[in-house]
Amino acid sequence: MKTLVQAIHELGQRLGRNVNLMEVCGTHTMVAFRTGLRQLLPASVRLLSGPGCPVCVTDANYIDAAIALSHRPDVLVATFGDLLRVPGSESSLDRERAAGASVRVVYSPSDALLLARECPSRHVVFLGVGFETTAPTVAWAVYRASRDRVMNFSVLCAHKTMPGAMDALVRDRQVKIDGFLCPGHVSVITGAAIYRFICESYRIPCVVSGFEAWDILKSISLLLAQLADGRAEVEIEYSRSVTEQGNVAAQRLIEEVFEPCDATWRGIGAIAGSGLAIRETYARHDAVRALGVEFGESRVNPSCRCGDILRGVARPPDCQLFGRGCTPAYPIGPCMVSSEGTCAAYYKYEGRIAA
Amino acid sequence: MKYERIVMAHGGGGSLTHELIKELFAREFDNPVLRTSDDSAVLAMNRQGYAFTTDSYVVKPYFFPGGDIGRLAVCGTVNDLAMQGAQPQWLSLGFILEEGLPLADLEKIVASIRQAVAEVGVQIVTGDTKVVERGRCEGLYINMAGIGRVVTKNWIGGANARPGDVVIVNGPLGEHGVAVMSCREGIEFQTSVVSDCAPLWPLVKEILETGVEIHTMRDPTRGGLAAAVCDIARASGVGIRLNESAIPIDPAVRGACDLLGLDPLAIANEGKLILFCRALDGERVLAAMNRHPLGREARIIGEVQEKPKSLALLRTTIGGERIIDMPTGEDLPRIC
Repeated sequence: MKTLVQAIHELGQRLGRNVNLMEVCGTHTMVAFRTGLRQLLPASVRLLSGPGCPVCVTDANYIDAAIALSHRPDVLVATFGDLLRVPGSESSLDRERAAGASVRVVYSPSDALLLARECPSRHVVFLGVGFETTAPTVAWAVYRASRDRVMNFSVLCAHKTMPGAMDALVRDRQVKIDGFLCPGHVSVITGAAIYRFICESYRIPCVVSGFEAWDILKSISLLLAQLADGRAEVEIEYSRSVTEQGNVAAQRLIEEVFEPCDATWRGIGAIAGSGLAIRETYARHDAVRALGVEFGESRVNPSCRCGDILRGVARPPDCQLFGRGCTPAYPIGPCMVSSEGTCAAYYKYEGRIAA
Repeated sequence: MKYERIVMAHGGGGSLTHELIKELFAREFDNPVLRTSDDSAVLAMNRQGYAFTTDSYVVKPYFFPGGDIGRLAVCGTVNDLAMQGAQPQWLSLGFILEEGLPLADLEKIVASIRQAVAEVGVQIVTGDTKVVERGRCEGLYINMAGIGRVVTKNWIGGANARPGDVVIVNGPLGEHGVAVMSCREGIEFQTSVVSDCAPLWPLVKEILETGVEIHTMRDPTRGGLAAAVCDIARASGVGIRLNESAIPIDPAVRGACDLLGLDPLAIANEGKLILFCRALDGERVLAAMNRHPLGREARIIGEVQEKPKSLALLRTTIGGERIIDMPTGEDLPRIC
């Protein structure tokens, strides 16, 4: 570990300039903060946290739509626990559940499907939020529901895919990204080849990283070495799990159930082709079509800078709400509520040490 | 945006629970004894100190690996007394039973209570039974109050940790929370972890018999070690620094936490205590603990400093440092 840190410092010196490395994975964010590894980096190497937390990039009007569904007497909303406290425009699912809405926490989409089989009198809507990592399990539940004719099961789909977002971040140019730490779990499914366009079009090096502290440090040293050598390639540090082509069976399942669509990322805006929508064949299991869900206008606190933080333009303390109006117990922006949100991590593990 | 209704996190033992207590209960009932906010209230009668505590038990399911709701009730109540340096004497036992509860289950739970009570040498001296309609509670809930006689000369309390103290824990953390979660509907997973549910008085007795002045003791239940050290740092106005590599955590607990995305430091324990005493007394306390089965794996996990005031920090295994934050009280299963 010491030699890795030393190598990073030497490479940093060799580069002789400031570099911005961005990770785009909520688990990387958490590991970086929880292990305190950010403090081991030289001042010239900045580790930015990008839009890697799926909860954080989910638009407020999605939460609003889920809340509206949870109040319908014929509907039971099933969700991963981390969406419960995310603020929508007016309220959150946990507050609404306390007020009588039907919201059930499940630990997998298959559990939600099971719930639908067990409660034939209710329509179970699973909140499909996540990147390529969770998309196959949701696709599988939809596929099974269709095959077994479980008509009272559908998904309110807000799935997103990572490459489009990375592309948008690079084009943004408000923050100069010198290298990407690519998400390990996503890459297990997609394969590492999906990042090649970033190296080829923008000359930005990419390293797919694992989730231990030493994985991330190793990946940072690989990125710095590429920068020092003037290379821009996709390297796989997390080679114990990630291959070039990824998990083909999972990709087929995603392909079978979903098709690309434009998606709105909270705080960033619309990104063409960066979302997954349920295909026409499975329309009966798409909550939007099966239940006639309508999305209203998102209303968010204008002072909230989650969008800037997700793009690496601002750090959490730059936001005037951080730690004042907005805390993990009373989050205003999504980055403060999700367990993998940058503001939550910053607040929990680092923000007040200096104070 | 304040909450207008109670949400599950209000019962999670984290910041929302603390806020509810502070802004509603403590404000309405404020008095010097309540203000100490320790695990039990210490009262003086005829120049003898008595510790008094109450707790309700709603764990789901009521049988779990390593224990059941009955044993949990005795341990939880007895431990709250022991943390104040009090020898548990008397307990009350209040049942809320659901219509349809199998009598065989109730008998098993009662037998388990009898067994736990015998381990501590405490008596159940009063009780109550209520039955509610089917669907109004899940099987049964228990409320238990306890009274113990304070046997220490000095005041043990959350506000008494001092710079120069060491922090000692009696064994590996997170087992109760993980054991209960492993059999919870919806997330059943195979694990070798069983609840650490145990009455701590016998261990505390050994510790007190060393004659060492103990400053603070806490049983890190809901909210785990994280909530306990945050609370103590705040109450004592000191900085607490823990060493991650010294904190004992079973690999199976760590694995389950990784799987569920939880921090093992924020997971509940029911047979653990953390203790603060002067550094030069540390080895003596540790030796006494190591002689007892519940303290065989006891170790020093950190120390108290003057600064940063009211903050708990963790020196990580890779040499970084981070804050230990009060858990918010996430949407976790009911574990006690």
